Amino acid sequence: MMRFLLLFSRQGKLRLQKWFTPMSEREKKKIIRDMTTMVLARQPRSCNFLHWKDLKVIYKRYASLYFCLAIENQENELIALEVIHRYVELLDKYFGNVCELDIIFNFEKAYFILDEFLIGGEIQETSKQMVNRSIEASDMLQEVRCAGTHSHTQHETWLASVV
Amino acid sequence: MSDVVEKTLTALPSLLSLDSHSGSTKLSSSSKLGNLIRGITELTSKHEEEKLIQRELASIKEQVSSPNTSMRQMKELMVRAIYCEMLGYEASFSYIHAIKLAQQGTALEKRVGYLAVSLFLNESHELLLLLVNTVLKDLQSTNLIEVCMALTVVSQMFPKDMIPAILPLVEEKLTHPKEIIRRKAVLALYKFYLIAPNQVQHIHNKFRKALCDKDPGVMTASLHIYLQMIQENPEGYKDLTASFVTILKQVVAGKLPMDFNYHSVPAPWLQIQLLRILAFLGKNDQSSSEIMYDILEESLRRAEINHNITYAILYECVKCIYTIHPKSELLEKAAKCIGNFVLSTKINLKYLGLKALTYVVQQDPKLALQHQVTIIECLDHPDLIIKRETLELLFRITNAQNVAVIVEKMLEFLRGNKDDYTTIDLVGKVAELAEKYAPNNEWFIETMSTVFSVGGDTMQPDIPNSFLKLLSEGFDSVEEDRKLKLFAVDSYVSLLQGEPGKLPQRFLQVISWVLGEYSYLRGELDAATVLRLLAKLLDTKSTSSETKSWVLMAMTKVCEGGVGVSVAQEVCETYSSSLDTALRQRAQELQHLSQDRDLRAKVLPREAGSEPLEVDSSLSFLDGFVSEALAAGAAPYKPHHQRQEELAQAKALSMEPYGLPISMSSCSIADRQSPTLLSVSSGLSGDSPSLSQKGGSTTPKLDGVKRVWGRQGYLVQTEPVEESDLVEVTGPLQSPNQQAGADGPPSQTPTLKPTPQPEQEKQQLASSLFVGLGSQSSLCLMGKPEATTQRFRRKAKGPVLSSSTGEQISNSSVSASSMANNLLCNDLLDSNITSETAAPSLEQTPQLSRDLPAANGACAVESTDRDVKENSASLIGDNRLVAADPAPRGDRGKLKDFSAHLPAEFSGLCHSDISPLASNQSLDVSACHVQKEDSLVLVVFMYNSSDDAIPHILLELRSDELEVSCEGDSPVEEARSRSVAVCQYSLTVKKPSVHVEVAGTVSYQLPVGTSQSVQFSYKLPLTSFIRPLTVSTEEYGTMWLDFSHDTKQKLTPICLGQEPLMDTLNVLKKKLKLHVVEIIGMEGIVACRVLRDQPCLMHCRLHAGALSVWLRSPVPDLPDCLMYHCQRALQEH
Repeated sequence: MMRFLLLFSRQGKLRLQKWFTPMSEREKKKIIRDMTTMVLARQPRSCNFLHWKDLKVIYKRYASLYFCLAIENQENELIALEVIHRYVELLDKYFGNVCELDIIFNFEKAYFILDEFLIGGEIQETSKQMVNRSIEASDMLQEVRCAGTHSHTQHETWLASVV
Repeated sequence: MSDVVEKTLTALPSLLSLDSHSGSTKLSSSSKLGNLIRGITELTSKHEEEKLIQRELASIKEQVSSPNTSMRQMKELMVRAIYCEMLGYEASFSYIHAIKLAQQGTALEKRVGYLAVSLFLNESHELLLLLVNTVLKDLQSTNLIEVCMALTVVSQMFPKDMIPAILPLVEEKLTHPKEIIRRKAVLALYKFYLIAPNQVQHIHNKFRKALCDKDPGVMTASLHIYLQMIQENPEGYKDLTASFVTILKQVVAGKLPMDFNYHSVPAPWLQIQLLRILAFLGKNDQSSSEIMYDILEESLRRAEINHNITYAILYECVKCIYTIHPKSELLEKAAKCIGNFVLSTKINLKYLGLKALTYVVQQDPKLALQHQVTIIECLDHPDLIIKRETLELLFRITNAQNVAVIVEKMLEFLRGNKDDYTTIDLVGKVAELAEKYAPNNEWFIETMSTVFSVGGDTMQPDIPNSFLKLLSEGFDSVEEDRKLKLFAVDSYVSLLQGEPGKLPQRFLQVISWVLGEYSYLRGELDAATVLRLLAKLLDTKSTSSETKSWVLMAMTKVCEGGVGVSVAQEVCETYSSSLDTALRQRAQELQHLSQDRDLRAKVLPREAGSEPLEVDSSLSFLDGFVSEALAAGAAPYKPHHQRQEELAQAKALSMEPYGLPISMSSCSIADRQSPTLLSVSSGLSGDSPSLSQKGGSTTPKLDGVKRVWGRQGYLVQTEPVEESDLVEVTGPLQSPNQQAGADGPPSQTPTLKPTPQPEQEKQQLASSLFVGLGSQSSLCLMGKPEATTQRFRRKAKGPVLSSSTGEQISNSSVSASSMANNLLCNDLLDSNITSETAAPSLEQTPQLSRDLPAANGACAVESTDRDVKENSASLIGDNRLVAADPAPRGDRGKLKDFSAHLPAEFSGLCHSDISPLASNQSLDVSACHVQKEDSLVLVVFMYNSSDDAIPHILLELRSDELEVSCEGDSPVEEARSRSVAVCQYSLTVKKPSVHVEVAGTVSYQLPVGTSQSVQFSYKLPLTSFIRPLTVSTEEYGTMWLDFSHDTKQKLTPICLGQEPLMDTLNVLKKKLKLHVVEIIGMEGIVACRVLRDQPCLMHCRLHAGALSVWLRSPVPDLPDCLMYHCQRALQEH
């Protein structure tokens, strides 16, 4: 399970924070401080994984922005790295060539996308198309009874043999 | 990492160009948020920023509370409030408005409202209750987006108590025609399962439907729940193994929509989730594992693309292969895979390789040998993370021969480390290794000194505690004991003569205790010298007052002779007027005892630590006082929660039967502050510094005193519990203010000085690190190889004949054989990597057999009566000699025979099936449990399938939830060839849980000299411990009021005839052995107890076709567990 996701700039300015488990304000502030100092102090070309207390912290830098995801000890670090990357891809698809300013000025959109991708610390939907479709549908503010149908005709029975 | 970054950067060129504002600001450049953000970036100081934000917050506050603000404006304001909170400024005034926005806004506004709520509040925030209605309304909305929003917020946070209100609506969504709604509903239920598993038990069938959903997204979502449930109870889902394998097969074969591909790998997240599930299902289960072998092999083969995501899958695959029942071909492939990771030039992969190696090395130590060069390189890696991970790996391969080198490496890391958490963790590991494998006394004491100085005052308090315990209880050899203590005294005296001001407080406490207890052993050491050294500590400014107490206590023990007494008197003068009452008391004690020699000898006898001590935490010595007070008319004592309840009852009218108007939550809070802590600390009111360690000297001996008062107040007939964790209590009292000297004095740990040439250095390091690894290769596929030589084997508390001193291996013999061993291992490796039959080397044989005499009593640490009974039945009825080679596994036919070995006294009783638990070449372990009226007996059968008798069998059982005590009288010491040894243990519940588990280790020595161990675990449901509790309705009424833990739930009653209540209760009575106290109309009261004597009461009421069940007990968690079983019993019916 993922515990939190932080986005911050090279100057250590927080751009987005998502906490998947309940946490007090004081804990949050301490974590943000610890994460920015720890991650920003890392040398280039070193390991993308860090230990913080009993958690593993996975970070990755995209241009001037650091993505920093904390996972529990038994989780897979590499897949967490790809979770970050997939989120960047989703942002990129939505904003079209995303940059830090997009996230600064439209941070609520970045949150909406995140909420469609991860929920409660678990992956919710890995299909890029599905995430974007539900975001766009919400953006359009319409009653969507028939929009966004996922076509499954050829895969309708892909699990038929199961169970 | 570099090429990954480069790839990403080419894929997302715009991320680089921060300057190109094109499009990015198009939406909000003119908005108020835009102005705010730009305003902040223009500022130069933190102070200006704060002023600007405070102004902004003031204006937001004014606008949100104005009645003229439209919802549209409110949305804009809310976004700004979120931004301010992100910058670290509190905007709590806006929380309520966020909820309002979610409630009243139209879709887009609502979305921001929900987002703000999810960012501002957390599960326990009281305002969240106001959201319940909004969520309810939106779940029923015809607008899909509103339903989605509601489900999203529910799966992020929802008050636990309110789940029943929305549960039916969420459940209904599982059959919604839109897949996105179904998926979100599944995830919401997953969240509910995590926070309140009881609430969603009845929908387990629907989870299965979700698993078969035609939409892969919904199916993937359901796997989160399955992973969780299977982790908790793998036995319950074995039937799904084939299904999961089928799904994985289809995924791997690319049958999913292309859209689920990630960098042309089909649904990697799904694959990983499935691999994890399979690992849980296949663990210790050969037949389930066999179903998986094909797909695991396929997965290994398919993962060829050079991308992180395939490595992630490979890693999970390898872990799975090493977790399930082993198959040699697969293991070989997995080992190769790990090799590729470890050897990779990419640092992330190297890290993961080390992690995988750490995971598998216990089962396959040869693998570490293969990579010794890489491991040594990693040990000097510039990246600390890699270094740290390598130490973790080394920790797992430590044995008696390489311990010195590995510990030195760990200490080296510790000295440069600044992170507290890592320090605490590593210090604990060093202490563990030192205690387990210490080659000699000097090394042990010196290593522990370094641990204490480096660990400082942050380390776990149990490290110094167990160190002192080890010193005071000693081990098998008296002479060795003496030497160890003497060496400790010597080394501490020289430390105190140095610069003791730099040492951490905890270390000083250890030092003063040791000097107080054992300095007399060093005859030529004058008591006055020790006293002066200790007095010097008192004068040091940095010494905390707690440490001073320890020092004074030590002085009291030592003061002797004319000079000594005068030093003591001087100290007393200073401290007998101290403002600190504890110090003053110590000083007074010192004063009086130093003058009265006889009294001192009586109060503080020497070597008192070696006698077992029982602390009477129930304060039963006060019984006389209490009864006198009662006779004199004092009010009887009531536990805190009871007082609360009565108080609350006096205030309000009771509307429920036997009801209490206070809520469950307030009860449990009250209970958390229950008298345990108070009573324990009052038991310690003497606050003697040495009391927490051994206390023998100051507390009255209270062995055999019946315990009458306890955690829940008056105890009727509970067994006395040894409060061994009293030590913990002193922890929080300690003042951690003196951190000085965390760097500590230079350690004197012996180092293997390497030669200057780097290559030679590495080789030498390799030979010292990987000594003794290959030799155990044949035994450890199933479990952790047991340490062959453990120096500080705790002495059994009972009278045990101490064995000869021959167990000690001299330092020189280790180093002499180590090179040879290493050569041998390398040889083995070269010739045949997969060799499973490495014979013990000549060098090792004599050394191991020397250890043999000491093997007895090795496990008698916790329990004094771990006696194991040998069954005589096995001697007679054993006529099934198997002529063929003893096949260790799969020879299931013989298992049936065990029932013949069931002790005769159980013949009429109901017992469970005898299930095989574990086996290796020579021993098969099976067990069953027998339900007696007043106890539950676990019977363990050990079948020796080899041709030789196995002497010195030790069976050790442990459990978090259960208390295990031995039945019978004589320990099993040997199992004859092809016969069965039987042991019985009586089990009682210590901590209720839905399923309870006992883990065990059988360790024994083969005649050839190698020691072996078999590990197993045995799981049984709580229902086995339930017995009827016969009480009258009046008794029930009073008990009901006394119990503080409860749970309520609606269940579906069973309708057979006219009387659903009666039928349901009969089913429960039959299945769970409850006692029906009385049935009045539509209500029934039922009672039961969980062995031994943990009562639980049940009140049920039939209303509108549903059965509301209310369970109550003095034991936390028991009502929840019992509710689970009631529900199961009714469902299965």
